[in-house]
Amino acid sequence: MKITRDQVAQVARLARLELAGEELERLTVDMEAILSYVDKLNELDTDGIEPTSHAVPVDNAFRPDEVRPSIGLDKALANAPQREEDCFVVPRVIE
Amino acid sequence: MDLIDLNLQQLRQALDRREVSAREVTEAYLRRIEATNARLNSYLSICSELALSQAQTADERLAAGEAAPLTGIPLAVKDIFNLEQTRTTAGSRLLDNYVAPYDATAVARLKENGAVLLGKLNMDEFAMGSSNENSAFGPCRNPWDPERVPGGSSGGSAAAVAARQAVATLGTDTGGSIRQPAAHCGVVGLKPTYGRVSRYGVIAYASSLDQVGPVARTVEDCALLLQAIAGHDHRDSTSIDCPVPDYSAALQQKIEGLKIGLPREYFIEGLDADVQKAIEAAIEVYRGLGAEIVDISLPHTDYAVACYYLIATAEASSNLARYDGVRYGRRVDPGKGLIDMYCATRTQGFGTEVKRRIMLGTYALSSGYYDAYYLKAQKVRTLIRDDFVRAFEQVDLILTPVAPTPAFGLGEKLDDPLQMYLSDIFTIPVNLAGTCGLSLPCGFSTAGLPIGLQLIGRPFAEQSLLRAGHAFQQATDWHLKKAAI
Repeated sequence: MKITRDQVAQVARLARLELAGEELERLTVDMEAILSYVDKLNELDTDGIEPTSHAVPVDNAFRPDEVRPSIGLDKALANAPQREEDCFVVPRVIE
Repeated sequence: MDLIDLNLQQLRQALDRREVSAREVTEAYLRRIEATNARLNSYLSICSELALSQAQTADERLAAGEAAPLTGIPLAVKDIFNLEQTRTTAGSRLLDNYVAPYDATAVARLKENGAVLLGKLNMDEFAMGSSNENSAFGPCRNPWDPERVPGGSSGGSAAAVAARQAVATLGTDTGGSIRQPAAHCGVVGLKPTYGRVSRYGVIAYASSLDQVGPVARTVEDCALLLQAIAGHDHRDSTSIDCPVPDYSAALQQKIEGLKIGLPREYFIEGLDADVQKAIEAAIEVYRGLGAEIVDISLPHTDYAVACYYLIATAEASSNLARYDGVRYGRRVDPGKGLIDMYCATRTQGFGTEVKRRIMLGTYALSSGYYDAYYLKAQKVRTLIRDDFVRAFEQVDLILTPVAPTPAFGLGEKLDDPLQMYLSDIFTIPVNLAGTCGLSLPCGFSTAGLPIGLQLIGRPFAEQSLLRAGHAFQQATDWHLKKAAI
């Protein structure tokens, strides 16, 4: 599996990472090596095999629809990098 | 005997008989941490105030004859657990200012059981690593040889127990992160069955694989800790609602007639000669105890690492999307709008290995590659799980090495991520299969480094793991050796 610098840069954009120069170069080499290694899965015939997303099957875990105490605004906002009243503040999105 | 030399079981008795107070023992541990932490870097935060106030409460309970199973026992937890009002970093620069607003369920259960919490332990950033070198706060060192890694990702959890900086600790295990450092540090580590312990309040890495478990000096101590933290939690919809057995009672049962399987795929070329010798000796111990040793096969073992690094990274890329500088953690804002704020925060906040895994996972989930990578890996996961189902039709337990080599040197594998990943080859299949595994000391290399034995059990059969591990420790004294730190 060959992966190009441009593909890695595209994946970085999807992951909201800024990679450039040496870091991008290095990651391209690493990903190439790791993806070549994981290609060994293609040695296995998995036609008709069901995928496993969880080793222990869990059906929908329902619980009664009851009001319970929650963590509260002050605690929920205590770690906010920027806060105003009861809101998280972010850079302006709409001009 | 020094107070810090008492294991959990012994300290329980000493506290109950009022031979020592919780305050005295807590102070002894805080002194020990202060004297040794600069050399080991196992603690990222020390909570002296919290610990001393919990010790005072413990002494009051003891005086009133109201002790719970962990009353007055000084413990510590990996810095991946939310512990209310303490800094909780997950080993990441991105969270270096994050103060947990609530307790993880496992931590709440330690508190309910009376434990004294000494602090938060070093780890690979977001639990991604096998050496603890990926911590933003510097590597933790191995108490048996400070030039070697303690293993990872719960390196601090294992090193602190080996260095007697806590009676026991909690870690998390996604691909071996409790068992491998326990082996490298000569202590006992248990990865319970997926769903046995609540993950609520534990910072997520790969949610279908992550599991909380104890690290301790003896198997008996592991049983006591598991008893405290196991059980259903309505806050974790993947925690399983099935009864929690009496683990300590299970220790007393004989192991005669127990069928132990040796998977031929785990005894391969490349296995270190000292490790091979120690494991062979351990097999003889079990034969001597009356266990029946059976050759078995887990035919898809060789595909486990590849399978894991697609599934775990895919889940990680999704889980770590939450670190965007909006609600908590560090924010880096170049002043060019929202998207640039996200990118700058993540690029400067995450370390190299975390970025590498987010990239791999994003790639494996991206349009056009999902079927070839992620779905393929999930199908292979089914084959790996079926290997274990079939094996457990033949045997009660499976015995393997924990790691192919003893602890490696600091920096030795840092430039070769694939070699680092392959060091988890014997622990990863257990996470993919969702079952339970125990790591316990079974010898030393010629260089004096601890070697670990892994026992693997059926899902929710922690009792048989603990029973077999305890029988081994009754017959051997490897777990009594102390690191000279």
